[in-house]
Amino acid sequence: MSNVPDELAYSAEHEWVSGEPDAGAEVTVGITEHAAQALGDIVYVEAPRVGDTVVAGEVCGELESTKAVSELYSPVSGTVTAVNESLEASPETVGSDAYGDGWIFKVELTETATDLLDAEAYAATIA
Amino acid sequence: MSDAILRSPLHDQHVALGATLVPFAGWEMPVRYTSDIAEHTAVRTGAGLFDLSHMGEIAIRGEDAGAFLDFALVGRLSALALAGAKYTMLCTPDGGVIDDLIVYRRDHDHFVIVANASNKDVVVEELAARVEGFDATVEDESAQIALIAVQGPLAEGIVARMCTRGDDDIHAMKYYSTANVLLQGDIHAFVARTGYTGEDGFELFVGADEAAAVWALALAEGAADGIVPCGLSSRDTLRLEAGMPLYGQELTRETTPFDAGLGRIAVFGTAAKPRGDFVGREALLKAKVEGPDRVLVGLVGDGRRAARTGYAVLDEAGAAVGEVTSGAPSPTLGRPIAMAYVPASLAEPGTVVGIDVRGRREDMTVTALPFYSRAS
Repeated sequence: MSNVPDELAYSAEHEWVSGEPDAGAEVTVGITEHAAQALGDIVYVEAPRVGDTVVAGEVCGELESTKAVSELYSPVSGTVTAVNESLEASPETVGSDAYGDGWIFKVELTETATDLLDAEAYAATIA
Repeated sequence: MSDAILRSPLHDQHVALGATLVPFAGWEMPVRYTSDIAEHTAVRTGAGLFDLSHMGEIAIRGEDAGAFLDFALVGRLSALALAGAKYTMLCTPDGGVIDDLIVYRRDHDHFVIVANASNKDVVVEELAARVEGFDATVEDESAQIALIAVQGPLAEGIVARMCTRGDDDIHAMKYYSTANVLLQGDIHAFVARTGYTGEDGFELFVGADEAAAVWALALAEGAADGIVPCGLSSRDTLRLEAGMPLYGQELTRETTPFDAGLGRIAVFGTAAKPRGDFVGREALLKAKVEGPDRVLVGLVGDGRRAARTGYAVLDEAGAAVGEVTSGAPSPTLGRPIAMAYVPASLAEPGTVVGIDVRGRREDMTVTALPFYSRAS
């Protein structure tokens, strides 16, 4: 059973959001341990670029493993303010430390996110 | 046929090892135990242990067993030496591939055919339909037999140590030959030096009720060599690097052995070594004479995004001219690799083609197969 930290918010597409997802705030985004485990060994992360506009529920990148490729969805709407450059050399971090060093990008929200799940609700979707 | 999911006799072992189990050809099998790349690398550098109990085992017995297989399959199996093994195919009268098979000769009148799990029932039905008039029987023994593979450069020592009788035979076996040995006291095993990984290795056929003991024995005897249980995901990248076709991807009823670059397995006979009629002969001879209009090629990419099954191959102008059959980031090469059908005009090694990777073009270069060959 994978870890679902209480302090994070989640999307139905298996992204996590750290920080208050309010308009004007900056949040950090990654994929859940559950999603990383399903993908297997992640060998390439194509994240959005700094300055890109992302929209909640829309594809903004992709995750490639030896077994499969999966689209990366943005859980929030806003402007990308940072991407995790260390994933270029160490994409496997997304799997080995999904909620820490495996973060993927940061977003400054243009609108408050309303569709996110709390840990309990997300855990129920993957049970 | 029941829709119930089939379980390997090693199911409990997989669960205890923490395997991720997935549906595969009607079975629930391990896709991985820990890490696809670690499992792949173990087979390339040490040893990996695979449960292949989902594969089909079909016994052919009778005085006409060899003659029957000569008629039913594209190879001349009657010429197979005792204890030998041969890669061959079952084709339709039109020359399309029904399944690719390994045939083992256990005696002059006894062969064992290993078929893909997804095709096993069809293969049994086809063989049963073709056996009429021959003094031979076709028996599906899949449920009674467990198939366990030990693959990798350290496999020989591990399998020899598993034997209580026959360890000398293991050391003496050539690739694509077989032996009968005893494991852990009195467990009878039919052992073949074959595999689907591009490495040296062995496949052990044992009774389903003895699978658990043999699995545990392989883990125990392989422990000092770091043997790693391996799932279907690593099996797929291993065979892809080795340029080995997979039924349903490189091989289908719409492809002939010639399309897949495997025309050599269709044996038409010569004046000195004549061969009689076989199912698909006329169509396959035509395919040989005319040559395929599409060619199975290897592709290597410089980028990071991998081509996957079903993606279009694009010519210089961006027109779809072929299709990717298998593709993945190669753990050994560290680059995306793929197999694809392309027109003969684009099949020359060094040719650059485009792949439509989810709407964006990625260039890949045609390369000779296999992508990986073990040092011999």
